[in-house]
Amino acid sequence: MSAHKRPISPLYVMLAFGYAFLYAPIVLLVFYSFNESRLVTVWAGFSTKWYGELFRNEQILNAAWLSLRIAVVNATFATILGTLAGFVIARYKRFPTRTAFLGLMSAPLVMPEVVMGLSLLLLFVALETAIGWPAGRGAVTVTIAHITFCLAFVAVIVQAKLASFDRSLEEAAMDLGARPWKVFCVITLPLIAPALAAGWLLSFTLSFDDLIVTSFTSGPGASTLPMVIYSSVRLGVSPQINALATIMISVVALFVAVSGWLLYRQDKAKRA
Amino acid sequence: MSPAAASPFLRIENVTKRYEGTDAPAVANVSLDVGRGEFFSLLGASGSGKSTLLRILAGFETPDSGHVFIDGRDVTDLPPYERPVNMMFQSYALFPHMSVADNVGFGLKQDGMPKAQRTKRIEDLLDMVHLGSKAKRKPHQLSGGERQRVALARALAKHPKLLLLDEPLGALDRKLRESTQFELKALQARLGITFVMVTHDQDEAMTLSSRLAVMDHGRVLQIGAPNEVYESPTSRHVAEFLGAANLLDAAVTGWASGIATLACDGFDGSFKATAPSPLSAGTRVAIAVRPEKIRLCGAADDADNKLHGQVKDVAYIGDVSTYNMWLAGARSLRVQTTNSKRGGAMPASGEELWLSWDAADAVVISE
Repeated sequence: MSAHKRPISPLYVMLAFGYAFLYAPIVLLVFYSFNESRLVTVWAGFSTKWYGELFRNEQILNAAWLSLRIAVVNATFATILGTLAGFVIARYKRFPTRTAFLGLMSAPLVMPEVVMGLSLLLLFVALETAIGWPAGRGAVTVTIAHITFCLAFVAVIVQAKLASFDRSLEEAAMDLGARPWKVFCVITLPLIAPALAAGWLLSFTLSFDDLIVTSFTSGPGASTLPMVIYSSVRLGVSPQINALATIMISVVALFVAVSGWLLYRQDKAKRA
Repeated sequence: MSPAAASPFLRIENVTKRYEGTDAPAVANVSLDVGRGEFFSLLGASGSGKSTLLRILAGFETPDSGHVFIDGRDVTDLPPYERPVNMMFQSYALFPHMSVADNVGFGLKQDGMPKAQRTKRIEDLLDMVHLGSKAKRKPHQLSGGERQRVALARALAKHPKLLLLDEPLGALDRKLRESTQFELKALQARLGITFVMVTHDQDEAMTLSSRLAVMDHGRVLQIGAPNEVYESPTSRHVAEFLGAANLLDAAVTGWASGIATLACDGFDGSFKATAPSPLSAGTRVAIAVRPEKIRLCGAADDADNKLHGQVKDVAYIGDVSTYNMWLAGARSLRVQTTNSKRGGAMPASGEELWLSWDAADAVVISE
């Protein structure tokens, strides 16, 4: 033991405040998910009954399943289209309408979501009147809407990765006899894969918790999880929502822990 | 007859390339022949067009006009993946996500070589560059010198007819560069593959090449064996770029059997220098004398050219010393002497001396 105690530095106090600000709400939310009482703010003893309730709540389970499907389809398509757009931005420096293309690609990043939601709604309605498709609004229109704004995020990520990409690697592959498509598959794609993964995950997340654009473009019978949660909160928060949030936090935490562990192992293998 | 003229293995014919949005062409009407088995260098400062020319040979750029023939075949419009040419890139361009063995075997795999045969060839190549034990490493786990050798092995894997090298030793430190130079030269001699190298390093070009071309502003200024180009530069730029040179502006006063008599601006007396072709009196020229061709002595000797000067400063390098000599009219000349005697007396700063050189050791540069 040291002879004298050091006074607690004000920096540590600030650090503690910072952590409290970030994590206290989450800790409280998880804590109250194990509450016996049906009032969210009154503690009445430990219980897991709200988890049971949650798993019997068809409406929430259906909404979660729908959100998950939309998020996966959206992330996949947004990644493919966004990658193509990112390539165009990074590699084709001269073509007519390039400026317009750049503007259109970055519009969804800055456009207020209400404007975007409304414009997409009007588009879908007009399309239905004109060609009869999409018939009504539901999962399909929500997915299309999500792809529309997610692909812009993917394009930005992929374009940034390509900007720092060493073109001589592609030239070397071509010099050694690989045709352009082969070069793309065995050199370019593996090297920009981290950007594609990041783009996919970001698209998934953006889609999974989007409320505004979804509300505009969804129809009867196609309520996503954020929509169900939001409408149920208006009727008073049920501890079921706390339980649902706790599950989502756990899944994310598990995902982060696993990917961190994989990165650590990869790093150790590199050094060995 | 030079080997190049006998069978021009690589022929570049009136090649011009202009990049979009630039005024001056990167490569301007270049023609040159390279013989089979030659080690040929394109030497020039950055922006001289040497790299563009190399990229045209590799197929990464298409010339605006002109043709490239390799072994008698017009390859001007062939894409890189169909040319019998491989390139070693400046930054090596090793594939970071592949092992050393996969990097070396990449080209063989594209050719569809069976796995067993490929493994054998990769082993041979890695043994050749002394990296047999590091086949499973990734490029980032190698030192700079090892990466350079992987790049070389990869470029040689497909038995190219022509190997292009873009500043092959530029990223290595000085010591390593010198030892690698000799390895590269020995390897080239052993394999008999034609090498075309791009470099801005004149020592490298002189050491390695059988012939070299000095380039500037997209044009080839002079082509020849290193000693030819060094001893008989035909332009000011070549004289100054390749080694150090003293250039004296002069006017021709006479010419007889390969020796020109000249009057130097700002100096009394007449000067003599080598000029292979006849020059008419009055022509404006320059006399080029290499610093090591000038002698320093206490009294005037009977050399063809003599000047009186004073030592301005001395740079003692060890094997040689370089003197900056003040001459009349606030001009200076560079002189280099070999320190062949231990503890020999050396001229000191301020000392007055005679500078002399023979007509055979100076050349006339007419522009």
